[in-house]
This record gives sequence, structure tokens and C-alpha cells, in this order.
Amino acid sequence: MNHLLRSVAPISDAGWKLLDEEARERLTPALAARRLVDFSGPHGWEHSASNLGRTASLASAPCSGVSGLQRRVLPLVEVRADFEVSLGELRDADRGAVDPDLAALDKAAHQIAVAENITVFHGWHGAITGIGEASPYERIQLGEPTDAYPKPVAGAVELLLHSGISGPYALALGGEQYQRVVETAEHGGYPLLEHLRKILEGPIVWAPGVKGAIVLSMRGGDFLFESGQDLAIGYQSHDGEVVHLYLEETFSFRIATPEAAVVLDP
Amino acid sequence: MGFDQYHEPPDELPAATRTFARLCASLTEEAEAIGWYEQRLAVETDPEAVAVMRDAQGEEFKHFSMDLEFLLRRSPAWREIAQGVLFRPGDIVEHGEEAEAEALEGEDRGDDDQPLSSLGIGSLRGAVR
Repeated sequence: MNHLLRSVAPISDAGWKLLDEEARERLTPALAARRLVDFSGPHGWEHSASNLGRTASLASAPCSGVSGLQRRVLPLVEVRADFEVSLGELRDADRGAVDPDLAALDKAAHQIAVAENITVFHGWHGAITGIGEASPYERIQLGEPTDAYPKPVAGAVELLLHSGISGPYALALGGEQYQRVVETAEHGGYPLLEHLRKILEGPIVWAPGVKGAIVLSMRGGDFLFESGQDLAIGYQSHDGEVVHLYLEETFSFRIATPEAAVVLDP
Repeated sequence: MGFDQYHEPPDELPAATRTFARLCASLTEEAEAIGWYEQRLAVETDPEAVAVMRDAQGEEFKHFSMDLEFLLRRSPAWREIAQGVLFRPGDIVEHGEEAEAEALEGEDRGDDDQPLSSLGIGSLRGAVR
């Protein structure tokens, strides 16, 4: 048994399969950062820090005749979203019910995906620097109306090209901006989504939690997501009515090239 | 003959399972090639030929390792057991038994597709929504 304590939960094998599949189904579309940045791992629950390759000086040495430095590391963050599931619903699913109520799991999955996106794209104060925080460029306004988006997106791509950052480029769009883009056709009926794809030569992803949008290079080597414990469902406790579970992951995020992304404000 | 890696009708298999099977087949082929080069190197007396084959075997080591890493990333249970066995000094069999017990305790031993320590999402670069 590992730290997730799944084997002591009052949940059948079929129940765990149902919960895992539901979580995977809800998480996968919303995990925008993982579609765009380099991914390392999973390195396991015991993995606690990422190597920065840097050192800090120390005020003193243990004795005369030696000098010392202290290695600097980036600690991983633990992110957890609690939820509960009715034992009755799980029993009904075991009997063959096709519509178990897993709304709390769905909400937790969305929340932890949003947390991951916000951390990577905007940062987690005191823990992780996000892509937008590190970008050295002046922010570009997306502006109005939506069918004018090609201009700021093309401007961001041009900014990256001028800085020697090669493509392909990707566009992470916040929930509201994504919806507006997919609903919009330009003059003559050409879908805005296709026009933006041609400018970027890369993917456009729905990134819930992102404010506005971010254009970034996908050439690789610029942004590294390091996974310790990848997303998993663990067991907390239960009573006669419900089982208390959680979605959890550990990760760090490092930026090698801050110049490889441009923020587009809403 | 090109579809020998499948034990079930390919049309009924999900794309991810077909990819997994292809890499399993590739892993097998790389291991075979490593074994063949090992035998050829054992009997070859021409130093130049030995150097060429040693270089070629090194390529197979690399290919095997890449195949294995891909498969481990897609199979959390396999990865968990491998982490308990690979690159560790000591008794290999003992490590294997311990790793298996740790990974599979209380879980469905008959279903290796079931992630034991994570949902197995990993990187989504290139994934289709």
C-alpha cells in the first residue's frame, strides 16, 4: 500500500476504475500547461525538489582551511483538491447504474487543473514563478472586438521572432477568450480559430484559469514542468454515508527562457 | 505479418493500446539485436569489425532504453515495479518481489492497465483534445 491508502477505502475495484476514469476524463481537456511545456517525470511521491544547478554562499565554514557553498533547489509544491462521493452512488454503480453522481469529483478535477494552469502561466506567489510573471516584454492588449485578435497575436509572434525565439508558437487562451474565439468568424465567414492557427503554426488550447492569453514558443527547452507524484486519487476517510477522497499531485515549474513567451491581457 | 504484435483484433483496440503494443514489439526487437551483437562480438577476431559492431550494439542499447522509458511512462504499475528493481545494488529477485508486492498490494492483480499510483496522465504534448 502506498501513501494514497486506496486499498483501505470501502470502494470496489470497479468503483476505483469508475473514479479514475471519470477523473482522467475531466482533467485531460483542462490541463492546458501539459499540452504546451516540456514535461519531466513522474519522479514519485518521494521526489521533493528540482535541481537548479546553483549555489548560495554560507556565512561560515566548519573549520579553517575549507570553504563551502550550499546547493539551491526548487521545492516541489503539493496541490490537493478534496471531494466526497456517496457510498450509495458507488454501490449503485457496482450494480450497473450508468449515471452515478460524481459531481464533486468533477468539480475537484476542474479546480486542480485550474490550479496547475494558473501556477504555470501566472505563478504561485512565494512558490513558483509563472510564464507571464517572467516574460520581459510589455504586455499586449487583446482588445475588442474578438475578430481583431489576429493583430495582437501576430504582434506577439513578431516580438518572439525579433528576439530570436523560433516556433512553432502556441496560444493558451483563458476560458472566456477561448469561447469567444471558437464562436467568431471573420468577415467572409473564415473561422477565427483557423486564422490564428495559421499565424502561430502551432496549437491553440483552452486554458481555464488563464487571464487573457499567452503566446509561447513550443520549440522545447524553454519551460519545464517537473512532476513528482502525478495526479492521483487518494483516500482520506469515510463514514456510513460518504467516502472522503482527494485528487493530489506534486510538481515544480522552471523557466529557462523568459523571453520565449508574451502575455496578452484581456 | 506486419500486425503480429496484436493478440486482439487491431480494430477493436484503442489507439493508445496499439501504440503500447508497437513499442513492446520494438523493445523485443532491440533486445534481440543486443543479444545477436553480443554473440557476433564473442566470435569475431577482426578488431575493425569488432569496433563497428560494438558501436552498432551501443545504438541498440540506446533504442532499447528509449523504448523502455516510453513504456514505463505509459504504465504506472510497470514503472513503480521497475523503480524498485532497476539500478539498485543487492539481490535482484528480492527487490523484484518487494517491488511487486508494494505496487500490487490490495489492487487488482489481473489488470495491469489500472494505474496504481497515479492516473497516468503525464505529458499531453501532441495530444488530441
